[in-house]
Order: sequence, then structure tokens, then C-alpha cells
Amino acid sequence: MSTEAVPQQLPEHKDLVIEQLVIWYFLAALAYLIISMLGGFLMALQLVDHNPLRGIEVLSPGRWRMIHTNAIAYGFLANAFLGALHWVVPRLTLRQVASRALSYFTFAAWQVVVLSTAVGIMLGEAQGLEWGETPTWIDPLAQLGLLLVAINFLTPIVQTRGPMYVTLWYFTAAFIWTFLTYAMGNFVPEYFVSGTSAGAVGGLFIHDLVGLFVTPLGWGLMYFFVPILLQKPIWSHGLSLVGFWGLAFFYPLTGIHHFLYTPIPMFLQHGAVISTIAVEMVVLTVIINFFGTLVGTGQAFMKNLPIRWFYTGMVYYFLTCLQCAMQTTMTFQALIHFSDWVVGHAHLVMFGVFSMWLQGIMTYLFPRLFKHEWYSKTLCEWHYWLSAIGLLVMATDLTLAGVFQGYWWASLQPWEVSTEGSFPFWMVRIYAGLAMFIGQIIFVYNICMTWQLSRRAAVPATIAA
Amino acid sequence: MFESKSGVLLIAGLFFFALAFVSNAVVPMVMYRHLPEKTALQVVNGNVRYQFEDLARRYPEPFKQAFGSPPAGEAEEQAWWNEKCAEALKVGRKVYVGEGCWHCHSQFIRPVSNEDRRWGPVSRTEEYQNELQRPVMFGTRRVGPDLCREGGRRSNDWHAVHFFEPKRLSVGSPMPEYPWLFEGSPEKPNLKGLALMTYVQWLGSWLECYPDHEQYEESPTKALTLTEAK
Repeated sequence: MSTEAVPQQLPEHKDLVIEQLVIWYFLAALAYLIISMLGGFLMALQLVDHNPLRGIEVLSPGRWRMIHTNAIAYGFLANAFLGALHWVVPRLTLRQVASRALSYFTFAAWQVVVLSTAVGIMLGEAQGLEWGETPTWIDPLAQLGLLLVAINFLTPIVQTRGPMYVTLWYFTAAFIWTFLTYAMGNFVPEYFVSGTSAGAVGGLFIHDLVGLFVTPLGWGLMYFFVPILLQKPIWSHGLSLVGFWGLAFFYPLTGIHHFLYTPIPMFLQHGAVISTIAVEMVVLTVIINFFGTLVGTGQAFMKNLPIRWFYTGMVYYFLTCLQCAMQTTMTFQALIHFSDWVVGHAHLVMFGVFSMWLQGIMTYLFPRLFKHEWYSKTLCEWHYWLSAIGLLVMATDLTLAGVFQGYWWASLQPWEVSTEGSFPFWMVRIYAGLAMFIGQIIFVYNICMTWQLSRRAAVPATIAA
Repeated sequence: MFESKSGVLLIAGLFFFALAFVSNAVVPMVMYRHLPEKTALQVVNGNVRYQFEDLARRYPEPFKQAFGSPPAGEAEEQAWWNEKCAEALKVGRKVYVGEGCWHCHSQFIRPVSNEDRRWGPVSRTEEYQNELQRPVMFGTRRVGPDLCREGGRRSNDWHAVHFFEPKRLSVGSPMPEYPWLFEGSPEKPNLKGLALMTYVQWLGSWLECYPDHEQYEESPTKALTLTEAK
């Protein structure tokens, strides 16, 4: 990270980063985010019995629920991560990606993967695996795309000399893990094993997707952007090491905690519970490390919007993990499994943590990509507050709903009691979701206006040239 | 080692991943290797055959369109029914997955939270070792009730009306309608509709206690009130 030490020998930013592609990735990501949120909204309306699009096959809420989760994982998160990676990896390694043509090709290929997944699901061709609903005939293409991404980014990383910076540990591992995880989750339960063992693989897959694809990329980006924005190094290198190696060892072992009390052997379930609690300990060290970095520059949290996005995400991460350490125990599972608690938890992780971080990164990068200040800083603030508060309300609401549902079920009351009782919670969820949705619309509007301003600003320069 | 490329790549990237795969996936596979996977044809049993033939009687025209007519000859006819029933189970499962039914209905009874009292016996591994549980349908959320003991609890025409418009039978149910499983009315299910009904009637059909009815015993307090009223 000594980019400013010997500037005359270093390659220039414009030779390293394909800015056009970063913009494309981010815009694609935001488009899928909007689509995904519309899907979630449709499902939420169905639950409170106000779905205006009843009885239309391709708009069935059951299908759109799958589009909702898949568009977030593969449309929003993957695209936004790829955009950010195209900025971070060349700047950190001071080398271009392996091939620019490959970068453009993977961009196109990935959009084909995501769009055909959406179309496949809309036509009722989904695969019966959570987050692996990508129809089986798209899986090989997705696998190829992930391989190309890994080659494209690992080439500059491998060419660097000496010990790697923390960010690159996470990225290197993530490229390998994502490839392996996708292969394991989409092919093993479909073609090789069935029944309970397939359940174990499915659990491993959904958890590895969060733990070995999203989490390492997210933390890698935090280790890159936070020190740059705060203009100081990470507090403790030792804690960084503990965080990475702890995550690498314990995280993959936790998969089965998604299927506690199933016919999967009990000792494996207990093992998964123990490693989950170990993961929370590891996560705590990472959080302490980042808050240690913030000490002394605390007002950045108030003044610096990207930093506020990042640290809000980290606070939510801490809450998520605290929740996780409790809910993974057999005692809690008996009550909250299958309830809205789980849905609340999923939103807290996916929106509250990783989307928050990516929104922060976009808030930081778009002005640099457009070479123009934000059209409106106030709108940026609205984007932040609507997202942060909306998510907090939604997660709290669904977590509470889960506890109620658990007790209604366990007390053997008629099933309708649980759906009718959930109604107020589902109403609150709609409004919280709407707030989050409006936040994103505001962000997209702000981006459009900033882009227009940047074009107007660029015109005289072009004429002069 | 901890900060080197090969360390991260080989130990964290490959070795730890492999370790987790072996301990979390290969171990159950090895433990259950004595339970070979059954095909759809092998899981067709008398109970689901009864329901499947009931569909043929209730909806003769749609059934004929979807599956054709049985051939002559006792042995051929028996084999035909079994094959068509297996085919219906496979198509039904595809519909169940494609419509995302399993995102709101689980298929496993846990030994906790009074679930065996509500739905029937706790799920066992053997029940999942077949082609129709590939990938397994444990499920992830219960907006509606668990379905793995659903077979035989309700009649085929109940299911037809319920899939067509759930509210006609379960007032206040948040379940969506599925009119595309029918040709315009609940009396005319198409191939997908017939197959999905067969699939749902199959769930739990392998158990001793099929069909597993909820016990609606009259509550003593209520009975007392009635006697007093007389």
C-alpha cells in the first residue's frame, strides 16, 4: 500500500483500471437490485393478501421469490463485487487484469447467466436447491464464468512479489472457494448423491456461498477501502491474521447448522453448532480490529458517508453474528427454525452488511468514475438513512415475528393462528421494504443526474481538444 | 506461510475447503451408503396408486389427455399404471420445485416443538433416499404447514379446488392461486395439475399410519358446555 512512495516508477491509474467496465458492472448490479426488490415486494404483497397480479403464471410470487434471492446473490452482489474488484485488484497489485478482452467477455457472459437464470425461473425451470435455483442447463456456463474470473484476477495477484496484503488473502481464497462452492452445490446434490447426504451438501452450499464467496470479498474490500478513507493503517496485523485464518478454517465447517434436527447424523449437527460459535469469536476479532482502526478518527463516521456505510454495515455484522451464535444452538433452533426469524437474519446479512458495504463503495467510487461530484449530497444522505433505518425495522420486525410464530406452532394452535398473527408483522415489513426500495431509487436517480452533469462538464473540454 | 500466495491458495483455498467437504458431506454419504437410492418407479406404492387411479376416475377426460389409456391385458395394465404413476410423480416434483412450493412448505418433521403431534412420525433418513428427493426437499420456511405427511389426508378434488383458488377452502390463506395447472376450472386439471396432485398424495404414502389424520377430539370443556345447554 505504498502507492505514493515512488510515483515516477508506478503505472498510472488509467492504464490499470478499466473504468468503463467498473461503471457497467455497478449499473448492472443496481438494475438487478431493483428487479430483486420488486420480486421481494411482490412476495410481501402476496403474504398480506394484496397481490395485484394474481393468477399470472410468469409473475407467480413463488417464482419471484426465487428471482428475489438469486438476483441479489448473482445479479447484485456478484456484479457489484466484480465492479469493485476491477477497481481494487489492479490498483493493489499495480498490474492489469490478465486480459481486458476477458474482462469484457466475462461481463457479457455473466449477464447472460443472470438473465437466463431469471428467465428460467420465470418459466418454472428452477432447480430445487436454495440459491442454486439456476436451471441445470445454465450451471456449466456459470461455472466457466467463475473460472475465467478467477484466472483474470489471480494472474495479477500471483505476479506480485513478497507477502500479500490482507485484502489479497481474502480475494485469492475467495476466487478458489467460489468456484469450488458453485461446483459442489450445483452438481453434487443434482447428479451424485440424494436424500439426507444431499441435504448436508445443500447446507454446506448455502452457507459456503455466504461464507466463502460473499464474506471474504466483502471483508477484503473493507481492508482496502477503510485504511484509504481513514488514511491510516489497519489497527492490528495480528488480528487480521486471526480473522482470516479463523474464517478460512471454521466457516466451511458450519454448513449443517441450516438443517438441525434433520436425519443428518446428530454428531455432525453438533459439530456444525460448535464451529458456528467459533466463527462468531473470529468475527469478533475482525470487528475489534476495524473499530480499533476507527479510534481517534471517530468523527469520520459522521462526516464521511462511505465510512458511515462501512461501519454501519459492521455494526449490523456484529448484530447478525450475535443473533447467529444464539440461533444456531439446538435450544433456539427448536423454536425459531422455519420461522420469519430466519428471513430477518438473511436480510440483516445480505442487505444490512454486504449491500451496505457495496453501497458505500459505490458512493465513494461513482464521483471518481464520472470525474464529477455527486449531483446531490442530500440525496446520498437519504439513500443512507432510508436503507439503514428500513433494514433495521425490517430485521427487528421479522426476528420478533419469528419468535411469535415459533410459539404459536409449538403450542399446537390451529395453523391459521400463525398466519393471521403474522399479518401485522408482514405489514410492517412491507413499509420497511418500501423505505429501502425508495432509498435505492433515489440512489439511481442521483447517479443519473451526476452522470448528466459530468457529461455537460466534459463537453467544453472535448471541444477545446 | 500465513501471508504467502501458496499458503493462502493451498491451505485456506483448497485444503480447508476439502476438509469441510469431507467432514460435512462425505461422512454422511459414507454413513448412508447401505441405503441405495430408489427410483421413482420403486417408490410407487398401493396408496399412491389408489390416489392416481382415483384421479383417472374423477377427471377421465383430462387424465386421458395427459396420460393416455391403459393397454389391454392384466399384466400390461398393471405395469402401465405403475409407470404412469412414476412419471406423474416426476413431473409433479418438477412443478413443486418450479413453483417454489418448497419455499413455503417444508418436508421434514423435527423431534421437537410438538411437530410429531401436529403432523405425524418424525422424519427418518430412509424416507429421503430416492430419486424424488434429489435435491432433497427439506425446505427452509414454513408459511404453510409441513407437507411430508400430507398424502391421503385430503381428497383429490379438495386439492384441485385448493390449487385453483386456495381461498375457496382455506379462508385467509396467503397461498397464491395456480390456475395454470388447470384448463379454466378446477374440474379440468392439466398434466401439471394431475402430476402435482399425485406428488402431494404420495408424500407420506410409504408410512404405516397413512393417511395420517389430525386428531380432532372434542374438547371436554366444550362438551360440558353443550350438555349444560341442553
